Amino acid sequence: MTEAMPSYLSPTGQEIIFLLLGAVAVGSALLVVTTRQLVHAALWLVVTFGALAGCYLVLTAEFVAWVQVLIYVGAVIVLLLFGIMLTRAPIGRSTDLDSGNRPAAVVVALATAAILVTVVIDGFRMAYTPLTPGQGGAAELGGSIFSTWVLPFEALSVLLLAALIGAIVLSRTDITGANGTNQRGDGPNGLSRTDTPGGGSPPDQTGGH
Amino acid sequence: MLDVVLRFAVILAIFLVLPLIVGQTEHKVMAHMQSRLGPMYAGGFHGWAQLIADGVKFMQKEDVIPAAADRRIFMIAPGVALVPYLVVLIALPVDDGFVGVDLELGLFFVLAVMGIGVLGAIMAGWASANKYSVLGGMRAAAQLVSYELPLVLAASSVAMAAGTLSLPGIVEAWQWWWLPWQAIGGVVFFMAGLAELRRPPFDMPIAESEIIMGPMTEYTGMRFALFMLAEYAGIVVLSFLTTVLFLGGWHGPLLPGWLWTLAKVFLLAFVVIWVRVSFPRLREDQLQKLAWAGLVPLALVQLALTGVVKVLT
Repeated sequence: MTEAMPSYLSPTGQEIIFLLLGAVAVGSALLVVTTRQLVHAALWLVVTFGALAGCYLVLTAEFVAWVQVLIYVGAVIVLLLFGIMLTRAPIGRSTDLDSGNRPAAVVVALATAAILVTVVIDGFRMAYTPLTPGQGGAAELGGSIFSTWVLPFEALSVLLLAALIGAIVLSRTDITGANGTNQRGDGPNGLSRTDTPGGGSPPDQTGGH
Repeated sequence: MLDVVLRFAVILAIFLVLPLIVGQTEHKVMAHMQSRLGPMYAGGFHGWAQLIADGVKFMQKEDVIPAAADRRIFMIAPGVALVPYLVVLIALPVDDGFVGVDLELGLFFVLAVMGIGVLGAIMAGWASANKYSVLGGMRAAAQLVSYELPLVLAASSVAMAAGTLSLPGIVEAWQWWWLPWQAIGGVVFFMAGLAELRRPPFDMPIAESEIIMGPMTEYTGMRFALFMLAEYAGIVVLSFLTTVLFLGGWHGPLLPGWLWTLAKVFLLAFVVIWVRVSFPRLREDQLQKLAWAGLVPLALVQLALTGVVKVLT
């Protein structure tokens, strides 16, 4: 994996682009947490994710890059914006966004960054690996996930399934806890279970023994 | 080098010309389906220059930005809505060996970049400082979140069948019997794509009779024209993608390949227009129900079917 390290003094085009993308990612990430406009924070996050996807591309991890765009920019940000707009999304600066935890947050962020940087530097030091295009493609990635990394992959999918089921349980008002009155079938035909999603009655009213 | 420049020039020409042709077709087809004539005067023959006249009109209009709007976001939103569709076109194969860039992960690239377009509508909806616009933006966001899933599932079914994510590779692997095999996936993909473009009958986010074009309420002049162009470019891209993934792209007897691709694209674009004239707008809850209770299970059925056939053959 490691090879003789080339000099830092004559960076290749790839390295320069990677550094620039990194600067964009860090800069826009700083703007995410410092801007006083709620929606702008979400939009700066788009720039951060885009720059990260660019970093992945430069590192020849094409699959990860496009998944980053598809999932984070295409779905997570849209969901985030939807959430913000559903609750409150004032145009202009919001003065009440600071909670007074700013010094603590700065300390935590810097400490986390320091830990990560230390771990990476300690783990790799001067390791150098040449990038060959096509190594991050779907075939290589799939082959490695389903041969070497099957167990973590399956464990993660079980975790996701658990989260999915949890979300369903939380969002349905007709499933009550163990001490609750009943589970289902309270009306004459048991209709109240499915016909009013979202706007239904609170759980304690559906019981009717 | 010259070859690359030529390809990009052709793609740019396609991008500029095809949406206009689709737009003019929509004028005429809708008119005839409603027993009218549509534009007849501009340019002489059946009003062929109507859209050019429209473009000139849009350029002359004042570019109004509401006082309460978030100016910067308001101004860049039309660009965010339009540019992804231009970027997507470079990965779409027109003919055997004729594609802007043959990306190994072309399918993922196309789906990922297409999803960004919706951000434009959300940004426009929020930045307009208009209640109707915010409503439209929120509806657009909700619609994207629910329809992205069946879209990606249906597309991955084709990728499974072809064993590759490269778009030219998928077309090359295509056989005629994929038509019945991938039929469910094709319908799901096309419907979800329509919803992602917010075209009727999935146009709840822009519902002009209810929330007055939603995110586009406050837009005038060129910026509004860019939104319209984004819509028609979206139709072209969706028709292209459905052609490439489900209808076999350039495959076809007698005629040259690029002609087959374009014929299929225009057939699908006609269907898009036809659907717009034929179906009433879906209500918001019907929209969500169709996605989660209709299209997602169908896409999963298609995925299972693809897997079973793929393992057996």
